[in-house]
Amino acid sequence: MIDTIIHFSLILLMPPLLLGIIGKTKAAFAGRVGAPFLQPYYDLVKLLQKGSVFSETTTWVFRAGPVVTLAATLVAATLVPLGNHSAPISFTGDMILFAYLFGLSRFFTTAAALDTGSSFEGMGAAREVTFSCLVEPTLFFALISLARMSKSLTLSTMLTYTSPGIWITAGASMLLLVGALFITLLAENCRIPFDDPNTHLELTMIHEVMVLDHSGPAFGYILYGAAMKLFVLGAIFMNIALPARTGSSLGDWGVFVVGMILLAVLIGVVESIMARLRLIRIPQLLIAATILSAFAMLLILR
Amino acid sequence: MSYDTSFHSDIYGMHTHTESFMAAGWQTTDYLFAGMVASVVLFGISGLPGLFIKKPGWGQLIATGICVIAALLGTGTAVQTVVTGSSTAGYLIDWHLPFGPCEFSADPLSALFLTPLFLASGCCAVYAVAYWPAREHPGSEKKLTFFFGLLSAAMALVVLARNGVVLLIAWEIMALSAFFLLTTDQRDPDVQRAGMVYLIATHIGTMALFILFAMLRGTTASFAFPVPHSLSPDLGVATVILVTALIGFGAKAGIMPLHIWLPSAHANAPSHVSAMMSGVMLKIGVYGIIRTVSFFSLPPAWLGWLILCLGGVSALSGIALASAQRDIKRLLACSSIENIGIVFIGLGMALIGIQTNTPLLAAFGLTGCFIHILNHALFKPLLFLGAGAIIHATGTREIDRMGGLSRRLPRTAPLFLAGSLAICGLPPLNGFIGELFLYLGAFNDAISSPLPALALVAPLLALVGGIAVITFIKLFGTIFLGSPRSPEAAHAHEPPLAMLAPMSLFALFCLIAGICGQLLLRLVTPAVASYAQLPPAIIDRMESSVPLASFTLLNLSLLLLILAIGLFYTRQTVKLPCATAATWGCGYLAPTARMQYTGTSFAEMASNLFAPFVTVSRSGPSLSGPLPAAARFCYATTESILDRVLIPVFQAIGLAFSYLRRMQHGQMHLYMLYIFATLFVLMMWRH
Repeated sequence: MIDTIIHFSLILLMPPLLLGIIGKTKAAFAGRVGAPFLQPYYDLVKLLQKGSVFSETTTWVFRAGPVVTLAATLVAATLVPLGNHSAPISFTGDMILFAYLFGLSRFFTTAAALDTGSSFEGMGAAREVTFSCLVEPTLFFALISLARMSKSLTLSTMLTYTSPGIWITAGASMLLLVGALFITLLAENCRIPFDDPNTHLELTMIHEVMVLDHSGPAFGYILYGAAMKLFVLGAIFMNIALPARTGSSLGDWGVFVVGMILLAVLIGVVESIMARLRLIRIPQLLIAATILSAFAMLLILR
Repeated sequence: MSYDTSFHSDIYGMHTHTESFMAAGWQTTDYLFAGMVASVVLFGISGLPGLFIKKPGWGQLIATGICVIAALLGTGTAVQTVVTGSSTAGYLIDWHLPFGPCEFSADPLSALFLTPLFLASGCCAVYAVAYWPAREHPGSEKKLTFFFGLLSAAMALVVLARNGVVLLIAWEIMALSAFFLLTTDQRDPDVQRAGMVYLIATHIGTMALFILFAMLRGTTASFAFPVPHSLSPDLGVATVILVTALIGFGAKAGIMPLHIWLPSAHANAPSHVSAMMSGVMLKIGVYGIIRTVSFFSLPPAWLGWLILCLGGVSALSGIALASAQRDIKRLLACSSIENIGIVFIGLGMALIGIQTNTPLLAAFGLTGCFIHILNHALFKPLLFLGAGAIIHATGTREIDRMGGLSRRLPRTAPLFLAGSLAICGLPPLNGFIGELFLYLGAFNDAISSPLPALALVAPLLALVGGIAVITFIKLFGTIFLGSPRSPEAAHAHEPPLAMLAPMSLFALFCLIAGICGQLLLRLVTPAVASYAQLPPAIIDRMESSVPLASFTLLNLSLLLLILAIGLFYTRQTVKLPCATAATWGCGYLAPTARMQYTGTSFAEMASNLFAPFVTVSRSGPSLSGPLPAAARFCYATTESILDRVLIPVFQAIGLAFSYLRRMQHGQMHLYMLYIFATLFVLMMWRH
C-alpha cells in the first residue's frame, strides 16, 4: 500500500524535476548559473493559470490532443515498475498495452498538430510518426530479450528480474540492450541528437514544432505529459542499466530516485557535448539501434 | 434432414424427406441452421422484386427491408451457432446430378465467418439507400441492388457448402456478382480496366480451385468434402492440393503477390460494395484455405511457415503501399492487404503450433487470427462507408484535395476517427485485442521454445503497427483536419441518417469489442477448439493466461481519465481568458490553405524509407537562367511488385506467345493440316 502511494506520488510529482536537472547540467556545461531546479514546476503552474489562444482552423481534435496524450501517459505510468518495486497494476501482456498506449498518445498529438493546418506542424507530425515507427521494433526486440531472460510476460517481472548478476552472466547482450534503449529513450523524448527541445522555430524540429499552436493549460498538459514520458521510459532504462538492489524497501526507493537523477544528468551531459544530427541521419541511427537490440536478442537466445 | 458428418459414406443412400424431418422433432441446431438458410435465401431473392417494379426506388426499399430482416435473422442464428459450439446440423439435397448430393452444413468455423458477413450485408444494404439512391441512378440501381443480395447469398453459400462442386458454383456466383457490382459505374474507363483485371485475376484463382477439387475427388472418390482430419499430409497430392488452395483462395484473399487486382477493384467499386468486398469477401478466401487445411490430419511443416512468411510480407508491403497512396479508397484497399497479412500471420502461427504439437501456440495463433478476422470485418466496412460519405460530400477520392472536413461533417469525423484508431490496433478499440493474442503467441514462443524464430513476429507486428499509425494519421489528418484545400471540400455536407446509422453501429461494435475483449474471445473459442482439436484444458489455460478483465479495467480507466482531464480542462478554459487568432505561420504574413502539408508530403519521408515496396517517380522541372519558364512538378508513387516483377513477367510471356500467335492466321486448310499432323504424330507415338 505504501509502495503504491510512493509509486503514484513519484509518477505525479517527480517528472518535471528531471527537466530541471537536465537544464541545470546544461547550464553548468555552458558556464551559466541556470534556472533553478524547480523551474519546470513554476512554468507548469504559470501555464495552468494562463489564458489560451486558439487558431481559427482548429476543432475539438486540437483540444482533445493534449488531454488524451496526458491520460494515456498516466495509464502507461501505472504499468511500469520503479526500481525494484513492482508496478501497482501488473498482468500478462501489459508490456503490449504499454507500447500501444504511447501509440495512442502519438496519434492524438500528431492529429492535434495537423488540426492547425500549419505546414510546420505538419512537418513535425510527419517526422514524429516516421521516427517512432522505426523505434517500435527496437522496443519489442528488447522486450523479447527481457521476456526470455525472466521467463515472464509482465513488465514488472521482466524489469525487476534484472540484477547486478545478470551483468556478469549476460554482459554483452545487456550492453547492447542498454545502448539500444538509450538511443530509443533519446529519440522517443525528442532529445539531442534527434531533436533540440530548446528551439521552437526551425524546419528541423520534431516535437516542439508540433505543439507550436498550443497555449495556456493545454500547453501545460503537453509539457507535463512529455516530462512524464521521459520519466517512464527513463525508469525502464534505469531498471536495466543500473539494477542495484539494497534489500530494504525504502532503500530501493532511494536507489531509484538517485538513479533517475543520474539519468537526468547523463542526458544533460549528452545534450551539452553533442550537436543535433542532420535529419537524414536520424533514420540510420534508429535502424542501427534496432539492429543492436536484435543482436542483444540473438545473444540471449543463443 | 440432419445428419452427423462422421458417416459421410452413408449419405448417398439417403434421401431428403422433409416430413420425416418434421416428425423426428427439431433440435436447437436445426432451428439455427434453418435460420441461416432462410437468411441466405432472403438475401438471394432480395433484389428480385426490384427487377419487376417499374417505379424507381420501391425495389431498393423492398430489397433493403428484406436484407435487414435477413441480416437480423442470420446474425442472430450465426452468433448462436458459434456460441453453442455444437457443430453441423446439416442439410442434404439428393439430386441426380453427376457430382453427387448437394450438402450444406454449419460448424462453428462456418458460423464464425457468417456472423460478420450477415452483419455487414445488412448494414451496407441500408447504407446503399442513401449512397446510391434510385432517383439519382435510375439505370444502375436495379442491377446494383440485385447483385448485392446475390453476392451476400453466394458468399454465405461458399461458407456453408460441403461439396466441392457446390462450393465452386457458389464461388463463381460470388465472383461474378462482385464483378457486376464493381463495374456499376461502367462508363468510366478506370472502372472498366479495374473490372477486367479483377475478372482475369479471379478466374486464374478459380482455375487453381478446379485443380484443387479435381485432386480431392481423385483422392476421396467423391466431390463431397472429406471428413475433417482424414487425409494424410504425406500423400503425393497433398502438396498440390495445398498449393492450389493457397493460389486459388489466396488470390481472393489478396495476399502478396496475388493482390494486384485488389487496390483498383476496391477503389472503383461503389463504397458499400468496397466495404463488402474488403470486409467480407477477402475473408471468404481465408476461409477456403482454413477449410482445406482442415481436411488433413496434420498440416505439413512447410505450410505453416509459408503462410507465416506470406502473411509477414503481405502485412509489411501492404501497409507500406497504403502509406504512399493518395486515393482514399485505394489506401484502404492496400491496408486490407496488410490486415489479411496479419490474419495469415496468426494462421501460420497456429499451423506451426498444430504441426509441432505445441497446443498453446496453436490456440494463441488461431485466436488472434479469428479475432482479427472479426475485427477487420467491423472497422474496414466502417472506414469504407466513411470514405463513401466523404466522396459523397466532396465528389473526389483524392485526399490531397480535401481538408478541414471535420467542421463540415461533424458526425462522420469521430466515426472515421474510431475506425482509424481501431485499424491501427490502438486501445481502447477492438483492433488491439486481436494483435494482443498474436503478440502473446510470439512472446510465449520466445520464452518456451529452444529456437524461438516465431518471436520475430512481435517486432514485425510492431513495425507494421507503426506504419499503420503513419498511414491513418495521414488519412484522417489530411481529410478532416486543417483547412479545406479545394472548393469542393469547403462546401461538403453531412451525409443522411441512412449512411450515418450503419457507420455508428460499426463504430459502437468496435468500441464495445475493444473494451470487452471477452466478448470476442467468447465468439472465437468454440471455433478455435473444434478446428485445432484442442482439449478444453488448453483453451482454459489460454484464457486464464490472458487477463482480459485487466485490459478492460485499464481501458475503462483510460476512458474515465480522458473524461476527467477533459472536464477539468474545459472548466479551466471557461474561467480563463480565451482568444482566437490565425494559425501561427512562423512570421509568414499571407499563409494559404495550399501551404498545408498534404497527405503526400506527410508520407514522403516514410515512402523513401520503404523504397523496396514503393517506387517514387518524380518528374521535376529543370530550372535554368534567372527567369525560368513555367514548369510542372509531378510526384507519383507506384507499386514495386506490380511494376518491377509482374508486368515484366507478363510482358515476357506475351512476347513468347506472340510467336505462337503466328500459327493462328485464320486459314482453314492449314488448320486442317494441323489436325492431321497432330493425329498422325499421336498415332505414330502410340505404336
